Amino acid sequence: MRLVLKKNDGLLKKIKAISGEDIYACYQCGMCSAGCPMGQEMDLLPNQVIRLLQIGAERQVLHCRTVWLCASCFTCTARCPKGVNLARLMEGVRLFLLRTQKEDHFSPQQMVKEPLPPIALIGALRKFTT
Amino acid sequence: MAEKGKQTMEIAYFPGCTLKNTAKRLETSALGVAKLLGLDLRELPNWTCCGTCFSLAEDNLMKQVAPIRTLSRAASLGYSVITTLCSVCYNTLKQADLFVKSDPKRLKKINTFMEEEANYEGQIAVKHFLTLLDELGEEKIKEAVKHNLNGLKVGCYYGCLLLRPQSIAIDDCEQPQIMERLMKALGAEPVYFPYQVECCGSYHTAVHPEIVARRAYRILENARENGAEIVVTSCPLCYFNLKDRQKNIKEIYSGFKPMKVSYFTEIMADAFGLTKILENG
Repeated sequence: MRLVLKKNDGLLKKIKAISGEDIYACYQCGMCSAGCPMGQEMDLLPNQVIRLLQIGAERQVLHCRTVWLCASCFTCTARCPKGVNLARLMEGVRLFLLRTQKEDHFSPQQMVKEPLPPIALIGALRKFTT
Repeated sequence: MAEKGKQTMEIAYFPGCTLKNTAKRLETSALGVAKLLGLDLRELPNWTCCGTCFSLAEDNLMKQVAPIRTLSRAASLGYSVITTLCSVCYNTLKQADLFVKSDPKRLKKINTFMEEEANYEGQIAVKHFLTLLDELGEEKIKEAVKHNLNGLKVGCYYGCLLLRPQSIAIDDCEQPQIMERLMKALGAEPVYFPYQVECCGSYHTAVHPEIVARRAYRILENARENGAEIVVTSCPLCYFNLKDRQKNIKEIYSGFKPMKVSYFTEIMADAFGLTKILENG
Protein backbone atom coordinates (compact mmCIF):
# COMPACT_ATOMS: atom_id res chain seq x y z
CA MET A 1 0.00 0.00 0.00
CA ARG A 2 1.23 3.49 -0.75
CA LEU A 3 0.40 6.32 1.55
CA VAL A 4 0.26 9.75 -0.03
CA LEU A 5 0.71 12.66 2.30
CA LYS A 6 -0.63 16.01 1.22
CA LYS A 7 2.24 18.19 2.15
CA ASN A 8 1.96 21.84 2.87
CA ASP A 9 5.40 23.41 2.55
CA GLY A 10 4.45 27.09 2.50
CA LEU A 11 5.62 27.67 6.06
CA LEU A 12 8.81 25.74 5.44
CA LYS A 13 9.74 27.98 2.50
CA LYS A 14 9.15 31.10 4.55
CA ILE A 15 11.16 29.81 7.49
CA LYS A 16 13.98 28.92 5.13
CA ALA A 17 13.94 32.43 3.71
CA ILE A 18 14.13 33.95 7.20
CA SER A 19 16.61 31.53 8.76
CA GLY A 20 18.61 30.29 5.78
CA GLU A 21 18.48 26.76 7.24
CA ASP A 22 17.82 23.52 5.38
CA ILE A 23 15.44 21.53 7.54
CA TYR A 24 15.84 18.33 5.52
CA ALA A 25 19.44 17.99 6.68
CA CYS A 26 18.05 16.68 10.00
CA TYR A 27 17.94 12.87 10.31
CA GLN A 28 16.22 12.84 13.71
CA CYS A 29 19.05 11.61 15.92
CA GLY A 30 17.63 13.54 18.88
CA MET A 31 20.91 15.08 20.07
CA CYS A 32 19.28 18.54 20.19
CA SER A 33 16.48 17.37 22.49
CA ALA A 34 18.84 15.35 24.71
CA GLY A 35 20.89 18.43 25.56
CA CYS A 36 18.25 21.18 25.51
CA PRO A 37 18.24 22.98 28.90
CA MET A 38 14.62 24.01 28.29
CA GLY A 39 13.51 20.49 27.30
CA GLN A 40 11.50 19.81 30.44
CA GLU A 41 9.49 23.02 30.01
CA MET A 42 8.60 22.31 26.37
CA ASP A 43 5.45 20.78 24.90
CA LEU A 44 7.32 19.63 21.77
CA LEU A 45 10.97 18.64 21.87
CA PRO A 46 13.25 20.43 19.38
CA ASN A 47 13.64 17.36 17.13
CA GLN A 48 9.83 16.99 17.09
CA VAL A 49 9.46 20.58 15.89
CA ILE A 50 11.78 19.77 12.99
CA ARG A 51 9.99 16.52 12.18
CA LEU A 52 6.61 18.24 12.12
CA LEU A 53 8.00 20.91 9.81
CA GLN A 54 9.48 18.21 7.55
CA ILE A 55 6.09 16.51 7.11
CA GLY A 56 4.25 19.80 6.73
CA ALA A 57 2.32 19.68 10.02
CA GLU A 58 2.25 23.45 10.34
CA ARG A 59 -0.53 23.85 12.83
CA GLN A 60 1.23 22.01 15.68
CA VAL A 61 4.41 24.03 15.16
CA LEU A 62 2.67 27.39 15.00
CA HIS A 63 0.76 26.72 18.22
CA CYS A 64 3.50 25.17 20.35
CA ARG A 65 5.16 26.70 23.42
CA THR A 66 8.55 25.35 22.40
CA VAL A 67 9.56 28.03 19.90
CA TRP A 68 8.92 30.73 22.50
CA LEU A 69 10.86 28.88 25.20
CA CYS A 70 14.00 28.51 23.08
CA ALA A 71 16.34 31.19 24.42
CA SER A 72 18.91 30.87 21.59
CA CYS A 73 21.55 29.29 23.85
CA PHE A 74 22.94 27.43 20.79
CA THR A 75 23.63 24.19 22.71
CA CYS A 76 21.78 22.16 20.05
CA THR A 77 23.46 24.10 17.25
CA ALA A 78 26.90 23.39 18.68
CA ARG A 79 26.14 19.65 19.01
CA CYS A 80 24.12 18.88 15.86
CA PRO A 81 26.06 16.27 13.83
CA LYS A 82 24.38 17.51 10.65
CA GLY A 83 25.15 21.18 11.18
CA VAL A 84 21.52 22.27 11.48
CA ASN A 85 21.28 25.60 13.25
CA LEU A 86 18.17 25.02 15.33
CA ALA A 87 18.46 28.36 17.08
CA ARG A 88 17.98 30.05 13.70
CA LEU A 89 15.05 27.78 12.84
CA MET A 90 13.28 28.57 16.11
CA GLU A 91 13.83 32.28 15.48
CA GLY A 92 12.47 31.73 11.98
CA VAL A 93 9.19 30.36 13.37
CA ARG A 94 8.96 33.16 15.97
CA LEU A 95 9.57 35.85 13.36
CA PHE A 96 7.07 34.26 10.97
CA LEU A 97 4.42 34.45 13.70
CA LEU A 98 5.31 37.99 14.79
CA ARG A 99 5.38 39.27 11.22
CA THR A 100 2.21 37.58 9.96
CA GLN A 101 0.05 38.05 13.06
CA LYS A 102 1.36 41.57 13.64
CA GLU A 103 0.77 40.93 17.27
CA ASP A 104 3.18 40.72 20.21
CA HIS A 105 3.66 37.40 21.97
CA PHE A 106 3.32 39.15 25.33
CA SER A 107 2.71 42.64 26.55
CA PRO A 108 5.18 44.54 28.73
CA GLN A 109 2.50 44.60 31.47
CA GLN A 110 3.06 40.87 31.89
CA MET A 111 6.66 41.41 32.98
CA VAL A 112 7.64 40.82 36.59
CA LYS A 113 7.34 43.89 38.81
CA GLU A 114 10.87 44.09 40.17
CA PRO A 115 14.14 45.74 39.15
CA LEU A 116 15.76 43.78 36.33
CA PRO A 117 19.03 44.13 34.42
CA PRO A 118 18.30 46.18 31.25
CA ILE A 119 19.55 43.29 29.10
CA ALA A 120 16.73 41.09 30.47
CA LEU A 121 14.09 43.67 29.54
CA ILE A 122 15.48 44.42 26.11
CA GLY A 123 16.15 40.75 25.40
CA ALA A 124 12.55 39.78 26.18
CA LEU A 125 11.18 42.66 24.12
CA ARG A 126 13.40 41.78 21.16
CA LYS A 127 12.32 38.16 21.18
CA PHE A 128 8.63 38.49 22.04
CA THR A 129 7.45 41.65 20.31
CA THR A 130 7.19 42.83 16.71
CA MET B 1 44.67 59.62 14.54
CA ALA B 2 44.14 56.49 12.48
CA GLU B 3 47.12 54.80 14.11
CA LYS B 4 46.26 55.77 17.66
CA GLY B 5 45.12 52.33 18.76
CA LYS B 6 48.17 50.55 17.37
CA GLN B 7 50.81 52.92 18.71
CA THR B 8 49.69 53.22 22.30
CA MET B 9 47.87 49.91 22.69
CA GLU B 10 44.77 51.73 23.75
CA ILE B 11 41.79 49.44 23.68
CA ALA B 12 38.27 50.66 23.01
CA TYR B 13 35.97 49.72 25.87
CA PHE B 14 32.28 49.23 25.12
CA PRO B 15 30.32 49.12 28.40
CA GLY B 16 26.73 48.53 27.27
CA CYS B 17 23.59 49.44 29.18
CA THR B 18 23.72 46.99 32.08
CA LEU B 19 27.25 47.91 33.16
CA LYS B 20 25.95 51.38 33.99
CA ASN B 21 22.93 49.97 35.79
CA THR B 22 22.70 46.71 37.75
CA ALA B 23 26.25 45.58 36.94
CA LYS B 24 28.21 48.59 38.22
CA ARG B 25 30.26 46.23 40.41
CA LEU B 26 31.43 44.40 37.30
CA GLU B 27 32.56 47.62 35.65
CA THR B 28 34.24 49.12 38.72
CA SER B 29 36.16 45.97 39.59
CA ALA B 30 37.14 45.22 35.98
CA LEU B 31 38.42 48.74 35.32
CA GLY B 32 40.40 48.65 38.57
CA VAL B 33 41.94 45.31 37.62
CA ALA B 34 42.69 46.49 34.06
CA LYS B 35 44.45 49.61 35.33
CA LEU B 36 46.59 47.63 37.74
CA LEU B 37 47.61 45.23 34.97
CA GLY B 38 48.45 48.06 32.57
CA LEU B 39 45.58 47.45 30.14
CA ASP B 40 44.64 50.84 28.74
CA LEU B 41 40.86 50.65 28.33
CA ARG B 42 39.18 53.76 26.95
CA GLU B 43 35.42 54.02 27.12
CA LEU B 44 33.99 54.76 23.68
CA PRO B 45 32.38 58.19 23.49
CA ASN B 46 28.69 58.31 22.49
CA TRP B 47 28.17 54.56 22.62
CA THR B 48 24.69 53.19 22.03
CA CYS B 49 22.93 49.91 22.78
CA CYS B 50 24.51 46.85 21.10
CA GLY B 51 21.08 45.45 20.23
CA THR B 52 21.18 42.91 23.11
CA CYS B 53 20.01 39.74 21.34
CA PHE B 54 21.84 39.03 18.11
CA SER B 55 19.17 38.82 15.42
CA LEU B 56 19.12 35.40 13.76
CA ALA B 57 17.18 36.56 10.70
CA GLU B 58 18.94 36.38 7.33
CA ASP B 59 16.59 38.89 5.81
CA ASN B 60 16.64 41.84 8.20
CA LEU B 61 19.82 43.93 8.20
CA MET B 62 18.18 46.69 10.24
CA LYS B 63 18.79 44.62 13.37
CA GLN B 64 22.55 44.74 12.68
CA VAL B 65 22.80 48.51 12.53
CA ALA B 66 23.28 49.04 16.29
CA PRO B 67 26.28 46.72 16.74
CA ILE B 68 27.93 47.64 13.43
CA ARG B 69 27.58 51.37 14.14
CA THR B 70 29.48 50.81 17.38
CA LEU B 71 32.26 48.95 15.58
CA SER B 72 32.38 51.60 12.88
CA ARG B 73 32.76 54.39 15.45
CA ALA B 74 35.55 52.54 17.25
CA ALA B 75 37.34 51.96 13.93
CA SER B 76 37.03 55.59 12.91
CA LEU B 77 38.67 56.61 16.20
CA GLY B 78 41.67 54.49 15.24
CA TYR B 79 41.16 51.54 17.53
CA SER B 80 41.98 48.03 16.34
CA VAL B 81 40.57 46.18 19.35
CA ILE B 82 37.26 46.67 21.12
CA THR B 83 36.54 44.91 24.41
CA THR B 84 33.43 44.24 26.45
CA LEU B 85 32.82 42.97 29.98
CA CYS B 86 29.25 41.87 29.34
CA SER B 87 28.88 38.46 27.67
CA VAL B 88 25.71 39.58 25.87
CA CYS B 89 27.41 42.60 24.28
CA TYR B 90 30.40 40.43 23.35
CA ASN B 91 28.21 37.89 21.61
CA THR B 92 26.14 40.47 19.74
CA LEU B 93 29.08 42.58 18.55
CA LYS B 94 31.11 39.56 17.48
CA GLN B 95 28.27 37.77 15.70
CA ALA B 96 27.21 40.97 13.92
CA ASP B 97 30.81 41.55 12.83
CA LEU B 98 31.10 38.04 11.34
CA PHE B 99 27.63 38.24 9.79
CA VAL B 100 28.22 41.42 7.81
CA LYS B 101 31.84 40.58 6.95
CA SER B 102 30.89 37.20 5.48
CA ASP B 103 29.02 38.82 2.59
CA PRO B 104 30.35 41.91 0.73
CA LYS B 105 26.81 42.79 -0.40
CA ARG B 106 25.61 42.93 3.19
CA LEU B 107 28.53 45.07 4.22
CA LYS B 108 27.92 47.47 1.35
CA LYS B 109 24.22 47.73 2.09
CA ILE B 110 24.74 48.47 5.77
CA ASN B 111 27.46 51.03 5.04
CA THR B 112 25.18 52.78 2.55
CA PHE B 113 22.43 52.86 5.14
CA MET B 114 24.69 54.31 7.84
CA GLU B 115 25.83 57.12 5.58
CA GLU B 116 26.55 59.47 8.47
CA GLU B 117 29.17 57.05 9.84
CA ALA B 118 32.57 56.15 8.38
CA ASN B 119 32.47 52.98 6.25
CA TYR B 120 33.02 49.84 8.30
CA GLU B 121 35.42 47.41 6.69
CA GLY B 122 35.67 44.74 9.35
CA GLN B 123 38.97 46.05 10.70
CA ILE B 124 38.09 45.78 14.41
CA ALA B 125 38.81 42.74 16.58
CA VAL B 126 36.06 42.16 19.15
CA LYS B 127 37.56 40.61 22.29
CA HIS B 128 36.02 39.79 25.62
CA PHE B 129 37.94 41.03 28.68
CA LEU B 130 38.72 37.39 29.62
CA THR B 131 40.57 36.98 26.32
CA LEU B 132 42.63 40.13 27.00
CA LEU B 133 43.59 38.75 30.43
CA ASP B 134 44.49 35.38 28.91
CA GLU B 135 46.69 37.05 26.30
CA LEU B 136 48.41 39.01 29.04
CA GLY B 137 49.50 35.69 30.51
CA GLU B 138 49.35 33.93 33.88
CA GLU B 139 52.68 35.34 35.06
CA LYS B 140 51.46 38.94 34.89
CA ILE B 141 48.36 37.97 36.88
CA LYS B 142 50.38 36.06 39.47
CA GLU B 143 52.72 39.05 39.97
CA ALA B 144 49.74 41.29 40.77
CA VAL B 145 48.29 38.98 43.44
CA LYS B 146 48.56 40.43 46.96
CA HIS B 147 46.13 38.16 48.79
CA ASN B 148 46.37 34.65 47.42
CA LEU B 149 42.91 33.08 47.29
CA ASN B 150 44.26 30.08 49.22
CA GLY B 151 42.62 27.27 47.33
CA LEU B 152 39.13 28.80 47.34
CA LYS B 153 36.95 26.35 45.43
CA VAL B 154 35.53 28.30 42.53
CA GLY B 155 32.91 27.13 40.04
CA CYS B 156 33.50 29.05 36.80
CA TYR B 157 30.14 29.54 35.12
CA TYR B 158 30.33 30.48 31.43
CA GLY B 159 26.73 30.18 30.34
CA CYS B 160 26.05 30.44 26.62
CA LEU B 161 27.20 33.66 25.12
CA LEU B 162 30.97 33.41 25.53
CA LEU B 163 31.06 29.95 23.99
CA ARG B 164 28.31 29.55 21.43
CA PRO B 165 27.95 29.52 18.50
CA GLN B 166 31.48 28.14 18.01
CA SER B 167 32.33 30.84 15.45
CA ILE B 168 32.54 33.38 18.29
CA ALA B 169 33.70 31.11 21.14
CA ILE B 170 36.45 32.43 23.40
CA ASP B 171 37.37 28.81 24.28
CA ASP B 172 36.22 25.20 23.79
CA CYS B 173 32.42 25.26 23.90
CA GLU B 174 31.98 22.10 26.01
CA GLN B 175 34.96 22.16 28.37
CA PRO B 176 36.37 25.67 28.50
CA GLN B 177 39.47 26.44 30.56
CA ILE B 178 40.07 30.16 30.12
CA MET B 179 38.40 31.24 33.38
CA GLU B 180 39.92 28.26 35.22
CA ARG B 181 43.44 29.36 34.17
CA LEU B 182 42.73 32.81 35.53
CA MET B 183 41.38 31.46 38.83
CA LYS B 184 44.44 29.22 39.26
CA ALA B 185 46.70 32.23 38.74
CA LEU B 186 44.88 33.94 41.62
CA GLY B 187 45.55 30.94 43.86
CA ALA B 188 42.01 29.59 43.73
CA GLU B 189 41.10 26.01 42.94
CA PRO B 190 38.58 25.80 40.09
CA VAL B 191 36.20 22.85 40.28
CA TYR B 192 34.82 21.12 37.21
CA PHE B 193 31.03 21.03 37.01
CA PRO B 194 29.27 20.02 33.80
CA TYR B 195 26.51 22.64 34.13
CA GLN B 196 29.04 25.45 33.74
CA VAL B 197 28.09 25.77 30.07
CA GLU B 198 24.33 25.28 30.51
CA CYS B 199 21.87 28.13 29.79
CA CYS B 200 20.42 29.89 32.86
CA GLY B 201 17.16 30.82 31.11
CA SER B 202 18.34 34.26 30.03
CA TYR B 203 15.66 36.89 29.34
CA HIS B 204 12.85 34.56 30.43
CA THR B 205 13.61 35.99 33.87
CA ALA B 206 11.49 39.02 32.87
CA VAL B 207 8.36 36.96 32.19
CA HIS B 208 8.78 33.47 33.65
CA PRO B 209 10.97 33.73 36.76
CA GLU B 210 9.93 30.20 37.81
CA ILE B 211 11.48 28.71 34.66
CA VAL B 212 14.72 30.55 35.35
CA ALA B 213 14.63 29.48 39.01
CA ARG B 214 14.46 25.81 37.96
CA ARG B 215 17.44 26.27 35.60
CA ALA B 216 19.45 28.20 38.17
CA TYR B 217 18.73 25.55 40.81
CA ARG B 218 20.22 22.82 38.64
CA ILE B 219 23.28 24.90 37.83
CA LEU B 220 23.99 25.97 41.42
CA GLU B 221 23.36 22.50 42.87
CA ASN B 222 25.64 20.98 40.26
CA ALA B 223 28.38 23.43 41.25
CA ARG B 224 27.81 22.64 44.94
CA GLU B 225 27.86 18.85 44.37
CA ASN B 226 31.26 19.26 42.76
CA GLY B 227 32.64 21.18 45.71
CA ALA B 228 32.26 24.83 44.67
CA GLU B 229 32.14 27.40 47.49
CA ILE B 230 31.43 30.26 45.11
CA VAL B 231 30.24 30.58 41.50
CA VAL B 232 31.78 33.27 39.31
CA THR B 233 30.53 34.60 35.98
CA SER B 234 31.09 37.42 33.50
CA CYS B 235 27.49 37.92 32.38
CA PRO B 236 25.27 40.45 34.20
CA LEU B 237 22.16 38.50 33.20
CA CYS B 238 23.53 35.14 34.40
CA TYR B 239 24.64 36.92 37.58
CA PHE B 240 21.10 38.18 38.19
CA ASN B 241 19.55 34.79 37.39
CA LEU B 242 21.96 32.83 39.58
CA LYS B 243 22.04 35.30 42.46
CA ASP B 244 18.78 37.27 42.66
CA ARG B 245 16.63 34.33 41.55
CA GLN B 246 17.79 32.33 44.60
CA LYS B 247 14.74 33.73 46.42
CA ASN B 248 12.54 32.19 43.69
CA ILE B 249 14.48 28.91 43.95
CA LYS B 250 13.72 28.81 47.66
CA GLU B 251 9.98 29.08 46.92
CA ILE B 252 10.13 25.97 44.73
CA TYR B 253 12.82 23.94 46.50
CA SER B 254 12.48 24.70 50.21
CA GLY B 255 15.68 22.85 51.15
CA PHE B 256 17.84 25.04 48.91
CA LYS B 257 20.79 26.65 50.69
CA PRO B 258 22.17 29.98 49.44
CA MET B 259 25.21 29.93 47.16
CA LYS B 260 27.67 32.79 46.75
CA VAL B 261 27.76 34.29 43.26
CA SER B 262 30.13 37.02 42.09
CA TYR B 263 31.66 38.50 38.98
CA PHE B 264 35.06 37.02 38.14
CA THR B 265 36.50 40.51 38.28
CA GLU B 266 35.31 40.97 41.87
CA ILE B 267 37.39 38.10 43.17
CA MET B 268 40.29 39.32 41.03
CA ALA B 269 40.04 42.75 42.68
CA ASP B 270 39.91 40.98 46.01
CA ALA B 271 43.09 39.00 45.25
CA PHE B 272 44.83 42.15 43.97
CA GLY B 273 44.03 43.97 47.21
CA LEU B 274 41.72 46.49 45.52
CA THR B 275 39.24 46.40 48.38
CA LYS B 276 38.54 50.14 48.29
CA ILE B 277 37.32 49.82 44.72
CA LEU B 278 34.96 47.04 45.71
CA GLU B 279 33.59 49.02 48.69
CA ASN B 280 32.96 52.10 46.56
CA GLY B 281 31.49 50.04 43.72
